[in-house]
Amino acid sequence: MNTLDVSVVTPDGPVYEGEAEMVSVKGTSGELGILPGHIPLVAPLTINAVRFKNGADTHVLAVSGGFVEVRPKQVTILAESAELPSDIDVERARAAKERAEQRLNQAKQDNVDFKRAELALKRAINRLDLAGK
Amino acid sequence: MASLRDIKSRITSTKKTKQITKAMQMVSAAKLNRAEMNAKSFVPYMEKIQEVVGSIANGSSGVRHPMLESREVKKTGYVVITSDRGLAGAYNSSVLRHVYRTINERHNSTDEYAIIVAGKVGLSFFKKRGMPVVESIVGLSDQPSFADIKDIASRTVGMFEDGAFDELYLYYNHYVSAIQQDLTEKKLLPLTNIETGGGKSLASYEYEPSEEEILEVLLPQYAESLIYGALLDAKAAEHASRMTAMRSATDNADDLIGDLTLSYNRARQASITQELTEIVSGAAALE
Repeated sequence: MNTLDVSVVTPDGPVYEGEAEMVSVKGTSGELGILPGHIPLVAPLTINAVRFKNGADTHVLAVSGGFVEVRPKQVTILAESAELPSDIDVERARAAKERAEQRLNQAKQDNVDFKRAELALKRAINRLDLAGK
Repeated sequence: MASLRDIKSRITSTKKTKQITKAMQMVSAAKLNRAEMNAKSFVPYMEKIQEVVGSIANGSSGVRHPMLESREVKKTGYVVITSDRGLAGAYNSSVLRHVYRTINERHNSTDEYAIIVAGKVGLSFFKKRGMPVVESIVGLSDQPSFADIKDIASRTVGMFEDGAFDELYLYYNHYVSAIQQDLTEKKLLPLTNIETGGGKSLASYEYEPSEEEILEVLLPQYAESLIYGALLDAKAAEHASRMTAMRSATDNADDLIGDLTLSYNRARQASITQELTEIVSGAAALE
């Protein structure tokens, strides 16, 4: 069976390395499923879950602020942060979510704070979603 | 000659100082190890992002992005990395002296530049001299994570994108080895000379959705990670330089204790000799 070498790298070091038959990511223009033998590709990712499927196992990671680099036998995800569900700090994510929601209620639209709060909220929700599974 | 008691108290105080410097040396050695490890774990990320940025920037001629183009320089930004605490030998002073001199050579008024500084020492240095500090970060942990500096790095890069400055320089101490740290000056933005990670297998990528949109995401991330990389490097250099400074302080304390002990013993002997002479001459006077 053909597999892809997968690695997830963040500035704080590699987070995940392994093999997968299929990698599923969510890019800015929609969901991408990557199988072995894919043409070289670079695509930015949204704040979302990344899935690695290998046989019956599926590994999931919460990724934010990154992009994916695809080669025929290799997939590299470069992200500002990436966490396995077991590493997610649920308390912190929940606090971040509340904080972001408060800020969204206060801030006016279209300024930087609003955008940042929105991003923070997305990250928190993404983390909570994954940790809840 | 100083009295016996004076010398004795100086010896005790020097010994205490030595204990402290020795402890600081060992702490710094441990921190240096960790900082080195952090810097190492950052390398794969940097290499990869450099490879991708390089292959996009060099691969196709048509790409344009404000961060890749030099423009007329009206205002210059300086990112200066120093430490929060002193007692690190020439670590801070060498960076600050160099930056201060460079700025004075290049600029006539404070409107032509802005400073972004990491570390208390640098912050108070620039504030005291009335130089414009637009952003600062203090109280950074010894093992900074990317999330710690993400905000300031993206604000800095954002200021370049908004046109608040037209070029950005980075100053820090580069860690070479435990006994050598080199002052480094790097032009961070615009990104004019991107190295392509050794030039191996520059695959021609497909870009999803488009090259421009990818550069939009990638270049700020690249610039931010350059700042983070410099910070990790500087942290390692800081601990190394503090370790060396503390080692020489400990050595100096040893020398000082040796000298003082010698003069203490001389003084003690002299006082015993004097006492004996007094007793003998006293006895002789009685006869």
